[in-house]
Amino acid sequence: MSTTTPTAPADPERKAPPAKQRTKVRLGDRIFSGAARGAGISLLVIMAAIAIFLVVKATDALSENNGSFLTDQGWDPNAAKPAFGVVTLVFGTVVSATIAMIIAVPVAVGVALFITHYAPRRIAQTLGYIVDLLAAVPSVVYGLWGYIFLAPKLLGLHSWLADYLGWIPIFDKEQAGVTARTLFTVGIVLAIMILPIIAAVTREVFLQVPRAHEEAALALGATRWEMIRVAVLPYGKPGIISASMLGLGRAVGETIAVAMVLSPSFEVSVHILDPGNNTIAANIANQFGESGDIGRGALIASGLVLFIMTLLVNGAARVVINRRKAFSGANS
Amino acid sequence: MTIRPRSVRRGIGFTGLALAGALTLAACGSDDNSSGDDKKSSTKAASAPGAEAPKGDCGTGKLAAAGSSAQKNAMDEWIKAYQAKCSGATIDYASSGSGTGRQSFFDKQVTFAGSDSALKPEEVTKAAAACAPGQAINLPMVTGPIAVAYNVSGAKDLVLDAKTIAGIFSGKITKWDAAEIKALNPNAQLPGTAIQPVHRSEASGTTENFTKYLKAAAGADWTFDAAQDWKAPGGQGAKGSEGVAQIVKSTQGAITYVEQSYAENAGLSIAAINTGASAPVKLTPEAAGKAVEAAKIAGTGNDLKLSVDYATKAEGAYPIILVTYEIVCEKGTAADKLPLMKSFLTYTSSVEGQKVLAGIGYAPLPTTVADKVRAAVAGLS
Repeated sequence: MSTTTPTAPADPERKAPPAKQRTKVRLGDRIFSGAARGAGISLLVIMAAIAIFLVVKATDALSENNGSFLTDQGWDPNAAKPAFGVVTLVFGTVVSATIAMIIAVPVAVGVALFITHYAPRRIAQTLGYIVDLLAAVPSVVYGLWGYIFLAPKLLGLHSWLADYLGWIPIFDKEQAGVTARTLFTVGIVLAIMILPIIAAVTREVFLQVPRAHEEAALALGATRWEMIRVAVLPYGKPGIISASMLGLGRAVGETIAVAMVLSPSFEVSVHILDPGNNTIAANIANQFGESGDIGRGALIASGLVLFIMTLLVNGAARVVINRRKAFSGANS
Repeated sequence: MTIRPRSVRRGIGFTGLALAGALTLAACGSDDNSSGDDKKSSTKAASAPGAEAPKGDCGTGKLAAAGSSAQKNAMDEWIKAYQAKCSGATIDYASSGSGTGRQSFFDKQVTFAGSDSALKPEEVTKAAAACAPGQAINLPMVTGPIAVAYNVSGAKDLVLDAKTIAGIFSGKITKWDAAEIKALNPNAQLPGTAIQPVHRSEASGTTENFTKYLKAAAGADWTFDAAQDWKAPGGQGAKGSEGVAQIVKSTQGAITYVEQSYAENAGLSIAAINTGASAPVKLTPEAAGKAVEAAKIAGTGNDLKLSVDYATKAEGAYPIILVTYEIVCEKGTAADKLPLMKSFLTYTSSVEGQKVLAGIGYAPLPTTVADKVRAAVAGLS
């Protein structure tokens, strides 16, 4: 301390007791806290303004609707007698996102486990970079790739699934050999798109697993797989769920890739190997340009439905994570 | 510090050189084109005849327009040519879709809107509000043929009629060697492959005009509404003109309706249409122009809304056409925008302006219609 006193004359002031410091608020502090508060408030105001605008636009269109918004299969908001319903869109969105999650989550967890616990360090690093790079590919590229390259190649898989699993209604293919631009293919494309997000987040979570937990498991005679099962996965579970929710958010909101890959229709069809169905986001992309006032309002209303769906799913995930919180200590 | 000015000067020298080079090149370009007019004009060549085109007065300032994506290529060429001539003018055309374009026009965000369909009755009042105290009018500006394009190996130059096309797109005719197709093409080698009709998955003016044709020319076989959205079951949808062309290109036995330029770029075969005239009509700009000529003007005064006779049997008229409009205020355009808009539309409706269209997959307006458009443009105030 004695060495600093001659060089810094302002030192005594800086060493003032904390109580005194609290009473004296500097100008910079005041400006900063004001700016931060202003930013926070303006964010809320903007959000509220957007929400009000959307709700008003949506109610305008909904009051003109001659069909049932929730159960009608069809989308005709620009006709002289507007009639539109979201059931096809909601169904397609849920199904394509579900397929994507079923494929992507196990693979992503596997990738993360391999990178963190199995791969030699040098390979792990390179692999990590490559997975992260996948997330940087723009979705229009996935869309182009999906409908020009992937879909024709998947026609064989579609036929095979229909031949051997056709007795399950969802794998029943009514239009044999037509095209593979189906909800199933969309699910696969979406899975590839969300894989890097889930893998990257899960990888970080797995790296946080306390060394002591792992070593304790190994010391008790666990094999590497048993160690992962008893130490890594339970600890990482909330992280996996959070990561999956991030991925799910992208899957249900994905617009242009779905619009390009899927051959849509407005009838709910459980046959995921036939072209048809539609998703909320893709429908907005397809319809917006040619929509009039009511059409636009109808699309906004469908967007609000998507918003509510996402909110519900995220809420459910929060509940699951909070229940696990005490046990794992992650998230705290 | 002593070095810097020198390098700047050198930079200026380079810029000057580059500018001179560009000017020389541009001059070469226009020379080339005037000598070889019949050459299939690429985008570069097509801009050249425009460069010498607008002889009238130039407008200055900025002009915003938006709407139909079917007009996009035409607008791009026109704007390029117009701006090359009139250096003080900047024109932006956002190909955001007809509906969005009309909406922006109602909201006064754009000075004119490009649209695949004329103003609907319920929109006229909204448009009039945007033009107060004047009225909004529809000016047909860009017309183009819609090709029925297919990919069937060994079968070039097929002939189809409205009834057969309706059967194909509604899923009643499922094989290429069906009796209906054979009857129209007695000499063609038709394979037994399945027909895979492809339609636009998004709302589009092309779909609207194509289904209007089917409804008018084959009403008994086409029971679906004529609308921007595809209403018939079956087939597969693809996004955008380039999307449907791509799918047909990569699918054996596929058939679609698409603007001529996309069909040609994808190397697809284009069917000739048997309209009931003495010979099947091949798709050419002239044949499409004849169908526009046969159209009646449904609007009043300077509103040149056209009612196309899709079921026309006129000799050499190709019936599947897309007529797109510019929606403008007859009176009531903002005074600072009016001269530029008037000058630009004068150019687009001029002989030179319309001539640009044939090279890029559209059809020029027939003289009778074009004269009326020119008169209407001259009357804008």
